[in-house]
This record gives sequence, structure tokens and C-alpha cells, in this order.
Amino acid sequence: MPKFITIEEAVKLIPDGATVMFGGFMGCGNAHRFIDALSKSDVKDLTMIANDGVCPGGPMGEEYYGCAKLIHNKQVKKLIASHVGLNPEVAQQSMVDGTLEVQLVPQGSLAEMIRAGGAGLGGVLTPTGVGTIIEESPFCLGKQNIDGRDYLLMKPLHADFAIIGGAKIDKCGNVWYKGSSQNFNIVMATAADVVIAEAEEIVKIGEIAPEDVRTSGIFVDYVVEGGKY
Amino acid sequence: MDKAEIKAFIAKRVARELKDGDIVNLGIGLPTMVPNYLPEGVTVILQSENGIIRTAPVTDDNRDAIHVVDAGGSPAAVAPGGSFIDSATSFGLIRGGHVDATILGGLEVDEEGSLANWLIPGKRMPGMGGAMDLLVGAKNVIVAMEHTAKGKPKILKKCRLPYTAVKCITKIITEMGVMIVTPDGLMLTEYNPEFTIDEIQAATEAQLIISPELKSMVD
Repeated sequence: MPKFITIEEAVKLIPDGATVMFGGFMGCGNAHRFIDALSKSDVKDLTMIANDGVCPGGPMGEEYYGCAKLIHNKQVKKLIASHVGLNPEVAQQSMVDGTLEVQLVPQGSLAEMIRAGGAGLGGVLTPTGVGTIIEESPFCLGKQNIDGRDYLLMKPLHADFAIIGGAKIDKCGNVWYKGSSQNFNIVMATAADVVIAEAEEIVKIGEIAPEDVRTSGIFVDYVVEGGKY
Repeated sequence: MDKAEIKAFIAKRVARELKDGDIVNLGIGLPTMVPNYLPEGVTVILQSENGIIRTAPVTDDNRDAIHVVDAGGSPAAVAPGGSFIDSATSFGLIRGGHVDATILGGLEVDEEGSLANWLIPGKRMPGMGGAMDLLVGAKNVIVAMEHTAKGKPKILKKCRLPYTAVKCITKIITEMGVMIVTPDGLMLTEYNPEFTIDEIQAATEAQLIISPELKSMVD
């Protein structure tokens, strides 16, 4: 069974230099309250694995939204993502200041590399990136021809922590996601040593039907309550 | 034609490529205009790679910017009969050949059907997002773009910018014409009668093969 802790307690679990996966897509599905608290902590030198660098302006007029807060506060030293172009601070810190290392991975490869990391697979063979500079990526282990088609062998990804953003989480840690917020949360919840899941609402067992559970509680180590965003 | 008219002209021609029931992924910019011009009787299923099948326009009633966004992070909505999936499933769908067409813009394309649209070294580092996966996975890759950039050809013998994917394009549609990728190079199958064939070739670095069945791209 997962432990139910406060956001402050959860933030204290993250040491400097940790590799952390953040579920979400342009902030949708981010664990907003946890990320906000982490951005107000002294934790630094994080390696962030996320689809994107989000963007400064949020949908409710927030100055910084989701993971963009951690980038803005310079708590991230390395970002592994598929898209960072909508957050100009990523380009500033990586190309001008030289304080942030960015490793770009195609979005589908990123999802599947994380899935492989959580599923005990040694890598992913994908046609994505063949003939492009992805062949020179540190995540690419080479090219293989299978039945006449070329594939790149991409390494699995695993992290110290995964930070998941769910809508409802029950007392067994089972997660239900709203709208398009499943995105990277589903695979990331399987691919880290410690999984912290934030719920908008913590509910009784039975309130999420077993067939509606998208992340089984057995993957979740800690649950925090963020409240409605 | 001014810029807006050129975009609308290209989007209108691209719309004729789509068949009723096609599963379609649209890139940002011009491609998002294509559904406005679908011929009567043609309805397509729009897929958004962050995990929406059957996207719908956002209204005051369905708006939920916290929980439903499109691939650009803007508020989105799902149509009746639609579904939400996770990113691994979404890209399985894309790489697995379940998307009938992807329509996207290009910085450069070449006569081998390769595309560069994600990186200008030293200038911009936006990331490829889902483009590399869409290009290798979609059954039809349609590049919808202006024929030239500031008068300079974008349709080249070989891309000079870093590739997004190689040998992936099915068709290129510009305000000057429609080109299909063949093993021998780019074949001009339709042209805009506002231009002569010589003018189209002059705006194209790649050598165009003129289709024996060349016709007007205007209805």
C-alpha cells in the first residue's frame, strides 16, 4: 500500500542531483502542487525527464506553469525531452548561458524508452530517427536491419523518481486520469525507483472502478493530495 | 495572392487528398486550416499525438484547459465517440501505420522525399516533438507549404538542414503545384495555371519530372 504524506514531506524525498521523470504534456497532467512546492525548495541539479519544457504562461494566467517553474528557478541541470521550443528559457539556459544540458529524443521514442525501462526490456527498436542526427544520440546504440527495414536501437530510460499527476487516486494508490492527462504519466509510473503521485482528490476504495484504473496502485509509493487545480 | 490567400489555397487543395473516415494528424500552422475545406460528405477523424482520438473544436461548454490540451499545449476538446489514450499507445498507433495521413509544413524538402523541418543549427532548438515518428509511421505524408521562402527554393536536390526523416514524403502541395515522390525524383502532377511550368521549375532546385497527365490544380 502506498504511504499518504504531505507535499512538504514528499519534496524532502528528492535529493540534489536526482533523476526525476515528470508526467505531463505542456503542463497537462503535471503534478502541479508538488512541482510548485519543489520549485520553492533548495533542491538543485536535477535531471528532468519530461516530454517538454512546458511554457512560461499557464492557462489560468500563471506566470510559470508546471515544470517551467523548475526550469525558471534553475533547478534543472539536464533536460531529456522531445520538445522545448515553447519555453524560451530552455534555449536561453542551454544555448546562451550554457547552464542547462538538453538531450532531445523523438516523442514516440521517448515514450517507448520509458516503457522499456519500466517493463524490463533492454531497449527499443524503432524506425524513428533513421538517417537523422538521432543516430548520433547518446541514447542510440546502433542500427539494425530487420526484414529489409532499418531500425535504431534506443536505450531504455529509468529514473530515481517519477512524479505523476492524477485526478482521482484511491486508498490503494490506483490512479484515474482526466481528459488527455494520461500522456506520459502511464509509462513513467512504471519506470522509477520511487513513484510519487499527486491526486486532485483522494477517494475511497471502490470509487474508481477496477476497469477504470489506468495506473495500478502497486506502482505508486507515495500519494499526496494537491486539491483541484 | 497575399500570404493568407496562399495558405488558404494550399489548404483547400490538401483537403481534397483526404477520404471519408481517414485518421489524420495535423501539424501546426497551415495544416490546421485543412479541415475547413473538406469536400461535402468527407469527415475525418483527427488525432492529436498527446493522446486524443477525435479532437473537436473548443467551446465555452467543453473547455477544460487543465485536463485537455492539443499537441501544441493549447486547450482542446474531444468529439462524441472519441477517446483519450496515453503517449506510448498514441505513438504505437502512429508508428504502427494506423494513421492514414499526416499533413505538415517543411523548411526544406528534397527529391528523395526527405524532409527537414525541426532544426536550424545554432539558431533554434525547438525539438522534434512527434514529427519524426509521424513521418515514418503515417501511411501518407503530405507536406503543405509555400513553394519558396523569401524567393529562395525550399524544394531542393538534397536537404541542407538536418533531416526530420528521410525518404518519407508521399506528396508536396504548394501554391504552385502538386508533386509526388517517385523513385526517379519529384513528378509535377498538377500545376497552378497562374504560373508557367518554366516559372515553377525556376522556383524549384530539384529537377521536376513533368507528368504526362499534368493537369490544373484548380477546380
